[in-house]
Amino acid sequence: MKIDFEHNQSAHCENGVTSNLLNYYGLKLSEPMVYGIGSGLFFAHMPFVKVNSIPVTSFRPFPGVIFRRVTRQMGITIRRKKFRDPDKAMKALNEVVDKGIPAGLLVGVYHLTYFPGPYRFHFNAHNIVIFGRENGNYIVSDPIMETPEELSYDDLKRVRFAKGLFAPNGHMYYTLEKPGDIDLRTAITNGIKKSCHDMLAIPVPMFGVKGIRYMARKVKKYPEKLGPEKASLYLGQIVRAQEEIGTGGAGFRFIYAAFLQEARDVLKNDKLLALSENMTAVGDLWREFAITAARIVKNRSNETETYPVAADILFEIADKEENIYRELRKAVD
Amino acid sequence: MKKNEVPQDNADMLEGKFREPCYAVDEDGKYITVPSVGWEAKNVVMQQAWDHIRKRVKEVKRKVDEGKLSPLAYHMEKQQMDPKLLGSYVGLKKKKVKKHLKPSGFDDLSPEMLASYARALNISVDELKCTDE
Repeated sequence: MKIDFEHNQSAHCENGVTSNLLNYYGLKLSEPMVYGIGSGLFFAHMPFVKVNSIPVTSFRPFPGVIFRRVTRQMGITIRRKKFRDPDKAMKALNEVVDKGIPAGLLVGVYHLTYFPGPYRFHFNAHNIVIFGRENGNYIVSDPIMETPEELSYDDLKRVRFAKGLFAPNGHMYYTLEKPGDIDLRTAITNGIKKSCHDMLAIPVPMFGVKGIRYMARKVKKYPEKLGPEKASLYLGQIVRAQEEIGTGGAGFRFIYAAFLQEARDVLKNDKLLALSENMTAVGDLWREFAITAARIVKNRSNETETYPVAADILFEIADKEENIYRELRKAVD
Repeated sequence: MKKNEVPQDNADMLEGKFREPCYAVDEDGKYITVPSVGWEAKNVVMQQAWDHIRKRVKEVKRKVDEGKLSPLAYHMEKQQMDPKLLGSYVGLKKKKVKKHLKPSGFDDLSPEMLASYARALNISVDELKCTDE
């Protein structure tokens, strides 16, 4: 059987699953709208947390928070289930799908058969929707892909029980309710306020605008502190986090600028339009940073002076973003 | 970024499986999405990550050939795992897994344990016992 479910591609998987599921229940929200209401904008640079012995930089909040915030703002109750036994998890999925309910799943990407090889890392917080079963295969709406995909029973079971950080444990989520009347204005305003808080006011130097400056100071000293090879690996990782699949470009800055445009139409607030333009300009600066960094990585020469150049772009970004979030908070007060 | 500036630098990173939506502004300054096959800056840093992984795999393969490590170490590295992650797939503590990364520990493995490791790595037991590409 196949549920009449509309698959739309998105840049970020969590935005996409949220948007596609809401759409199924009759509420049309674009990807930027989901991202903005869910306060997806975030920044963290954590030199003490390492993956493959490289410090973690993140342009996204914890997996699942965008979905949770949006559905909560919309007043929708989500049913969630986790499992120990993989076969029970598959049985429960079959029951939900056979009732005609599209089911959201958390999966690991490493064993996703339809994923391009170069992007198969052990990353476990990927979201997909199962919306049918045919000839023993599951029909998959993966927001990253342009069209629906299929997975066999064994392949799906494997990705649902990937291990490691954020192990999904067969996590399945779905809803039975249609969203009621929604107050889009309040949802947007709340979403913006939360993002301004996350980017300006978390009292730890690793997060938000402060985190960008913190990272800039580190980047500046990379070559002396780490030597050319490690410095280049660390720098490359920042760019990978910024441009990995799902950010829509420039570490989500362009998606956020798109959200501000849409928010302006709902709130009838022209200040948001100017702030959207400023955000686009900051996104372009992030891209300039990526180009500079890639040049350093590619050359692998001893041109140590290019690290300070990259760091200076980051300082400029931090100043500009700080301004945007201050203005933004005032604009929605 | 403007619509016509969205890069199309194909380095086969996506293997033609999909194009990635990039957000950009059109002639009227309105945001739209433009599908992209890749961007040079991003290709460079992706390539860098894979070169790094390949280098480590090569290093481990050398140690296996020299008899310092077991083939399990090679397959673990090749699949970007560490003892902790591999252990969580087979239900062992990382200390135990580390023992099996040594040739002596590997040789003592029961057929059941070998099968368990092979399952975790999604390869056959025969593949697990050697370091062929």
